[in-house]
Amino acid sequence: MKIRQVSVFLENRKGRLYEVCSLLGENNISIRALNVAESDDFGILRMVLDKPEDAEGLLREHNFTANFTDIVAVEVEDRPGGLAEILRVLSENDVNVEYMYGFVEKNEDKALLVFRFEKPDEAIACLAENKIRIVGRQDIIGL
Amino acid sequence: MIWNEKIECMDPEDLKNLQAERLAETIRYVYDNNKLYRSRMDVAGLSPQDIRRMEDLKKFPFTTKEDLRDSYPFDMFSVPMDQISEIHVSSGTTGNPTVVGYTRADIELWSEVMARVLGCAGARPGDMIQIAYGYGLFTGGLGFHYGAQKMGLAIIPTSSGQTKRQLKIMNDFRPRVIGCTPSYMLYMVDEARELGMDLRNSSWEVGIFGAEPWSNSMRDEIEQIWNLQATDIYGLSEMIGPGVAQECCHKDGLHIFSDVFFPEIIDPLTGKEVLPGEKGELVITTFTKKGIPLLRYRTRDIVSINYEKCACGRTSPRISKIMGRTDDMIIVRGINVFPSQIEHVLLSIEGTQPHYQLIVDRRSGELDELEVQVEVDGKIFSDEIKKLRVLEEKIHREIESVLGVMVKVKLVEPRTIARSEGKATRVIDKRTI
Repeated sequence: MKIRQVSVFLENRKGRLYEVCSLLGENNISIRALNVAESDDFGILRMVLDKPEDAEGLLREHNFTANFTDIVAVEVEDRPGGLAEILRVLSENDVNVEYMYGFVEKNEDKALLVFRFEKPDEAIACLAENKIRIVGRQDIIGL
Repeated sequence: MIWNEKIECMDPEDLKNLQAERLAETIRYVYDNNKLYRSRMDVAGLSPQDIRRMEDLKKFPFTTKEDLRDSYPFDMFSVPMDQISEIHVSSGTTGNPTVVGYTRADIELWSEVMARVLGCAGARPGDMIQIAYGYGLFTGGLGFHYGAQKMGLAIIPTSSGQTKRQLKIMNDFRPRVIGCTPSYMLYMVDEARELGMDLRNSSWEVGIFGAEPWSNSMRDEIEQIWNLQATDIYGLSEMIGPGVAQECCHKDGLHIFSDVFFPEIIDPLTGKEVLPGEKGELVITTFTKKGIPLLRYRTRDIVSINYEKCACGRTSPRISKIMGRTDDMIIVRGINVFPSQIEHVLLSIEGTQPHYQLIVDRRSGELDELEVQVEVDGKIFSDEIKKLRVLEEKIHREIESVLGVMVKVKLVEPRTIARSEGKATRVIDKRTI
């Protein structure tokens, strides 16, 4: 149920984001979802990839600092109030969201969102209980 | 004025005899009172009777900063604590700082050499002096204070910082003499102009600037802007603090008070003495000091020496401005910074690797800036900004508390810090000094 997210440390330097993306592209690794968090002088690039295992060695070989975290991808109704509905469930059950971002592509008329939870296992249980669909790794590769 | 004409203008032959006499006394004193020196002399088979002429000094091994560090805090003191009157502390290469202790007689000696400094720079009894060197564990403020008391000046102990207040005091009290770091003197320029002050009409006529390396072009700039005589002072806390050497009005080298601080200039690699005029490391033996007398102390400062009599009448030899260091110490805003101190801090923070680099810069009219770049590796990297920010803040806080100087911490990607021949280049000094 959990998906591996790849995070990369980036200095605020011209062309750095491009270097990561082109490295992945050249090695036929596809980016399914992406988000950049930034501070004054550095940024963190977070990505959901179709082949995270391949990316690990590749990034290290090219001297990028990267790590892996478990995230949860959730299907959201693509209509007004779709996201609010999920956040209400999480809030009512005291599930903390560290951060979240959206997928590039859609699954039919559903939007896909990535959640980084403080406690992913508790969050998954809560979502399942409330009949919210969690997207697995296979679904993502198939997108 | 020449504060102590008898000593400062002494006939060179008489000076040699005085030095030889004081050397013999010093050797006898350390043999009787200092554990480290006694054991070193015993090991080398030297007894105090073997020391008769200045040449005999070369039989002694050097004393290093490490010797002081290893004796932290008080093992290098040659008197019991009840005879110590004052203690000062400066940064060490790793972990422990260097601690120096002064007896009453040492404070009197410090006052004497600092009175000579003031006279050499152009101060006269009755002048008013603004002391904008830091008061506290740093020797700068109090060293000037004692010398000014001895000479009989009116002292304004402003200490460092609070620029607006410094300028207001200068403007309202009209002190003739100012002591501070040369970069602070330039830093005050902008603020003074903002306040609408006429800098060339400032009350300061004599400036005694030191605690950091500076160039003759910086001197020209200071003299031009402030319309004063800018002189260079040299000292280090291990010796006494400020008061080891000082420029006179001819500004052609710093007169080293060699009746108290006996200089040798050596090749730092071979330890052999170099010729007058040649560059080498300054090694000093202290005479008549009681708290921490030091034999052949390696200052790590690169200078040359000139034994010719100066036009001012002083016969004491002159050392050049500091031309460099034999170690990787840098001086930022008057504070000694050793890269190893940063390494120590990083190692003490869980998960961090000692991969770092120091960038020192001095923008025109600004104080020195020190940036510490720390490499982020897989162990400390997190996908959450806040965790990295907390780490950055922690490194920042701990480095500042260890160095005692403001720094900027920047997290950088691994291996972006240039390595040369497998060894990291720890310091990039962009200052034009």
